[in-house]
Amino acid sequence: MGNIRKHLKSAPPTAIFGLVVIAVYVFVAFFAPVLTPYGESEIVGAEYEPWGEGFVLGTDNLGRDMLTRLIYGARNTVGIAFATTCLAFLIGGAFGLLATAMGGWVDQILGRIVDVLMAIPTLIFALLILTILGTAIPVLIIVIAVLDSTRVFRLARAVSMNIVVLDFVEAARLRGEGTGWIILREVLPNSMPPLVAEFGLRFCFVFLFISSLSFLGLGLQPPTADWGSMVRDNATLITYGDITPLLPAGAIALLTVAVNFVVDWFLHKTSGLRDEH
Amino acid sequence: MVAQRLALGLLTLFVVSLIIFLGVELLPGDLAEAILGQSATPETVAAFRRELGLDLPPHTRYIEWLGGMVQGDFGVSLANNREISELIGVRFKNTLFLAAIAAIISVPLAVTLGVLAALYRNSLFDRAINIVTLSSISFPEFFVAYILILVLSINANIFPSISNVSSDIGFWEHVYRVMLPALTLTLVVVAHMMRMTRAAIINLLASPYIEMAMLKGISRSRIITHHALPNALAPIINVIVINLAYLVVGVVIVEVVFVYPGLGQLFVDSVIKRDIPVVQASCLIFAATYILLNLTADVLSILSNPRLMHPK
Amino acid sequence: MSTNKLKKILQTEGLTRRDFMVRATALGVAAAPASALWSSSAKAATPNKGGTLRLAIGHGSTTDSLDPGTFENLYMQVVGSTAYNQLTEVDNNGDLVADLAESWDVTDDAVVWTFNLRKDVEFHNGKTMDADDVVASFQHHMGEDSKSAAKAILDPIDGIKADGKDKVVFTLKSGNADFPFIVSDYHVAILPAKDGAIDATSGIGTGGYSIENYEPGVRTALKRNPSYWKQDRAHFDAAEVLAIIDVAARTNALTTGEIDAMDRVDLKTAHLLARDKNVSIEEVSGTQHYTFAMHTDVAPFDNNDVRLALKFGIDRDALVKTILRGHGVVGNDHPIGRSNRFHADDLPQRPYDPEQAKFHLKKAGLDSLKVDLSAADAAFPGAVDAAVLYKEHAAKAGIDINVVREPNDGYWSNVWLKKPWSAVYWGGRPTEDWMFSTAYAEGVPWNDTHFSHARFNEILVTARSELDDAKRREMYFEMQKILSDEGGVIIPMFANYVMGLSKKVQHDKLGANWSMDGFKCIERWWFG
Repeated sequence: MGNIRKHLKSAPPTAIFGLVVIAVYVFVAFFAPVLTPYGESEIVGAEYEPWGEGFVLGTDNLGRDMLTRLIYGARNTVGIAFATTCLAFLIGGAFGLLATAMGGWVDQILGRIVDVLMAIPTLIFALLILTILGTAIPVLIIVIAVLDSTRVFRLARAVSMNIVVLDFVEAARLRGEGTGWIILREVLPNSMPPLVAEFGLRFCFVFLFISSLSFLGLGLQPPTADWGSMVRDNATLITYGDITPLLPAGAIALLTVAVNFVVDWFLHKTSGLRDEH
Repeated sequence: MVAQRLALGLLTLFVVSLIIFLGVELLPGDLAEAILGQSATPETVAAFRRELGLDLPPHTRYIEWLGGMVQGDFGVSLANNREISELIGVRFKNTLFLAAIAAIISVPLAVTLGVLAALYRNSLFDRAINIVTLSSISFPEFFVAYILILVLSINANIFPSISNVSSDIGFWEHVYRVMLPALTLTLVVVAHMMRMTRAAIINLLASPYIEMAMLKGISRSRIITHHALPNALAPIINVIVINLAYLVVGVVIVEVVFVYPGLGQLFVDSVIKRDIPVVQASCLIFAATYILLNLTADVLSILSNPRLMHPK
Repeated sequence: MSTNKLKKILQTEGLTRRDFMVRATALGVAAAPASALWSSSAKAATPNKGGTLRLAIGHGSTTDSLDPGTFENLYMQVVGSTAYNQLTEVDNNGDLVADLAESWDVTDDAVVWTFNLRKDVEFHNGKTMDADDVVASFQHHMGEDSKSAAKAILDPIDGIKADGKDKVVFTLKSGNADFPFIVSDYHVAILPAKDGAIDATSGIGTGGYSIENYEPGVRTALKRNPSYWKQDRAHFDAAEVLAIIDVAARTNALTTGEIDAMDRVDLKTAHLLARDKNVSIEEVSGTQHYTFAMHTDVAPFDNNDVRLALKFGIDRDALVKTILRGHGVVGNDHPIGRSNRFHADDLPQRPYDPEQAKFHLKKAGLDSLKVDLSAADAAFPGAVDAAVLYKEHAAKAGIDINVVREPNDGYWSNVWLKKPWSAVYWGGRPTEDWMFSTAYAEGVPWNDTHFSHARFNEILVTARSELDDAKRREMYFEMQKILSDEGGVIIPMFANYVMGLSKKVQHDKLGANWSMDGFKCIERWWFG
C-alpha cells in the first residue's frame, strides 16, 4: 500500500492525469445506470434536440439522450476493449515467450500457425467468423482477441529472441534452471516494456476495430451504445460543422491519450532510467 | 534458409486457401442466393447452381480450383464470368500504389519522430508529438478521412474528395489523386511506428553500454543514432512491417470512403456475394504479400543483430 | 395558400397531369392557374446538347455483371437503362409509351399480344434490330435453365414467336391487360441475338449511350449513340457513372463539384445540403415502400384481430418523421402508391390508436402479446431503428415486440420469407396487378405474408384481363381495402426518392416509377 503511494507521489503530472481520467472512466462505466438520467435505448425526446435543459448534450437521431448514450458507451466500449486486449495479451504473450524459451519444433509450429492466421487479413477473417458465429458480445471478444494475439505473439517473440541470446539467460540455462523459471524470471521482466507500450496501442486498436466492423455492418448491435457506431451514425454531420460526432470521438481520444500516458510512465519506471535530464 | 522459408510460405498459402474455402462454405447462403437477393426463386437458384457447378460437393470444387491454381490459372469470377487475373491485376496495382505512397510518407516520418521523441524524452516536444499522434490514431479511420476531406477538400479545395483513378491518367496525376487517402493512412499508422521506435530506444538507454557511452561524454544525439538505434532495429523493423502489411491488406474502409478501386473492396464484395474463386485469389495475394514482407523483416532483424547472425 | 400547397404536391409527388388537375380542383384552385403551374414546373425549355454528366450511385458491387437478368442494384439499373431499351417505356408521367415497339395490338381476351417493332433501329455494334433479337432477349429470362431475376415476372408468357422481321407475338397463359407494362421491366432489355441467343454480358444494346468502359463496382464510361432514334433524348455527349457507396463520400463529391448528381441523399443532413447554393435536392414520391410482413398462417398472426392490433399499434407519422425525416408519406397497409393509376384515395387512413389495438387484442382473446420482429438495415435503411420505434409505440397497447436484429449479410436468403415477421423493402411495381400478383396472390414465391384470400385472388384474375378502366379501378379499390383490413402486411410508409443535383443539371418532371427519373436520368437530363 505504502509502496503504491510512494510510486504515485513520484509520478509525473501526465501520468497522474492519465490515472485520473482512467479512474473516472472506470467509475462511469461501473455506475452507468445510476449516473444516467434515462435508459440506454430509451426514446425520450424529439430527434436532434439541441443542447440544453433536460438533455445536456441534446438527443441523437432517434431522440435518445446523448449523454446517456455516451455514458453507456463508456461502459460497453471500454469494457469490451479492455477484456479483449487482456485476453489477447494473455494468449499472445504466453505463446510468444513459450516459443522463444522452448525453441525447436514448438517455436516452428506456433510460428507457422500464427503465420497462417496473420496472413489472412484481420478484417476479412473477422467478417467471415462473425457472420458464421453471430455477433454476440462474448463471440466478439474471443474472435478479436484471438486475431489480435497473433500480433502480440510476434512482438513478444521478437523481443524475447533478443533477450534469450543475452549472457544472463545463457548463464541461467547453464545453472540448470527450468524453462518455466527462465521465462518468468528472466525473459518476461526484460520483455515487458515493449509489450506494455504495445498494450496501450492495442487497446485503442480493439475499439477502432470494433467500429470498423460496425462500418461494415457487424460489430456491436444496436440499440447497444458504443462510441464507434455513435461516431459513424453522426459522421455526416461533421461536414456541416456540427460537433456532435466529435463527442464520442473525443471520448475515445481522451482515453487513448490517458492510457498511453500511464503506459509511458510505466515504461519509464521499468526501463531502469533514473536520471531526468 | 530463405529457400526453406519460401517453401514454408507456400505451405502457409495452401493452408490459408483451405481455411478461406471452408470459411466461405460455412457462410449461410451461396452465390446464387446472394446474387438474386430478393428476386430469388427456387428454380432460378437451382439453375444458377447447375450452371456454376455449385451443386457439386465442396471437396470436388476445391480440388478443381487447386488444380487450376497450380497451373497458374486463377479461373473466372462466378458472378460475372470475368478473368480473375485481369480483375485483380489492376486493383492490386492500385492497392500497392496507395500503400507505397503512404509508406514513403509515414515510415521516415515515424522513425524520425520516434528518434527525436526519445532524444528529447519528457520534453514539451515529446509530449506534444505523443498527444497528437495518439489522438490521430484514436479516431476511427473513416472519421479521420472525413475530417481531412472537410479541411483539405471542401474548405481549402486542395485535393479531390474522391480518388477517381483510371488507367489513362499519368503518374503524377495518380499521386495527386491518392494524396488524401495516403494522408489518412499516414495518420493511422504513424503513431504505432513512432511509439515503438521511441520505446525501443528508451528501453536500451539503461543498458550498461549506453551508460558507458554517456560516461565517456558522447553527445546524446550521437548515442541515440549510433549506439541505441542500431540495437533497437529489430522491434522497429517488426512494427514497420506489420504496418506495411496493414497498408496493403487492411485499407478496405479508406477505399470505401475515397472510392479508390483497390483490392480490399473487391475482396469484401466477393465475400458478400460468396464468389469463392475471387475471394481465394485475393486472399492468396494478401497472404503472399504478408509472407514476403515478413520474410524480409526476419532477414533484416537477423542482419541487425550479430548475435543472431552467428548463433552459438 | 392552396397554390403553395399545390406546388408542394407537384414537387414531392409523382402525379400525372390528370391526377394533378383532380387534386387542384379538390383544393379549389382554378383550372387555368393550376395548369400554368403544371407547365412552369415542367420546365418546358429546350434542352442544351453536350457535356459529360458525372453521376454517383450509392450502390454497385465488383460482382456486378452486364447481364440484364442479374441486375439487382440501382447502379446496374441506371447503366442498363441507359445502354439498353425495352419494348415499352414508362414515361416521366407514369404513362406507358412506345419504345422499341412502335405499337401493339391485343385480342379481346387480353391473351395474345402483338408488338410491332420500330424499323431501322441499330444496335451499338451496327446490327439492325429485328424480331429474332426480341425473341432471344426474352428467352434469355425464360425456360428451365434461366437464372434471371425476371424469370418470375415473365412466367405468364406461354409462347413467344417472331412474325416476320418486325412483329413479335406473345401468347399468355391467361389474359393480362397490363402486359405492355411488364415488357417495360428493366430486366427485359433487348440485346442482339446471334444464332438464336443473346450474349448477355456484351453490354451491346440500342440505348442512347454505348458502354465504352465498364469496371464493375467502380465506374462506367458511356458515350452518346450518334444514331439514336429518339430525337428529344440523350443530350449529354458522354456520361460517367461512379459507384460511391459511402453516403458522406457521395455528398462531399457533390459539394466539391466532382460529380453532377447523386442518388440517396443522407436524410439526416438533407436540410443542410439544401443550403449549398450549387446544389438542389429533388424528391419524388413513388411506389417504394417499407413493410413489416407477417406470415398469416403462423400463430399468432393467423388471427386477423392480432394483425389489426399490430396495425393500430404503429405510429406511422412518427416513423415518417423519424426514419424518413419527412421525406415520404404514410402507408395504409396496402402496397399501392399515390402515383399508381388506381390508388384508393378514399380508403380511410388507419391511425395510431393504442385503444383500438387493445380492443382487437381483447377480441382475439389476449390480454397482452409478445412477438419477435426480425429486422436488419439490409431490409431498408433505418429498418432496425424503425423496429425499435415500433416497439415503443406498441408497448402502449400492451404489445411487447422483441426486435431481433438479423445480420445484413444474407438477409434476403435467411430471414425474409423464412422468419414469421420481418422488415421488408419493396421497390414497388408500375401496375397494381404486377404488385399484387408478385407478392399477394396465393402461392407465388414472394408472397411474404403467406396471404391467401379467395375473394382477393378471384378479383385479381378478373381485373387482370379486364380492359375497361372504370371496372378495373373498382376492383383494385376493393383489393386495396381487403389487404388493408385483412392482409398480413403492415405498410407504415412510402419513402420518397431523394436525389442531389448540381444546379447546372436541368430536367423535366421526374419519373416516379423508380429512382433517378425512372433510371433514365442520363438519357432524359441535360446541362442548363
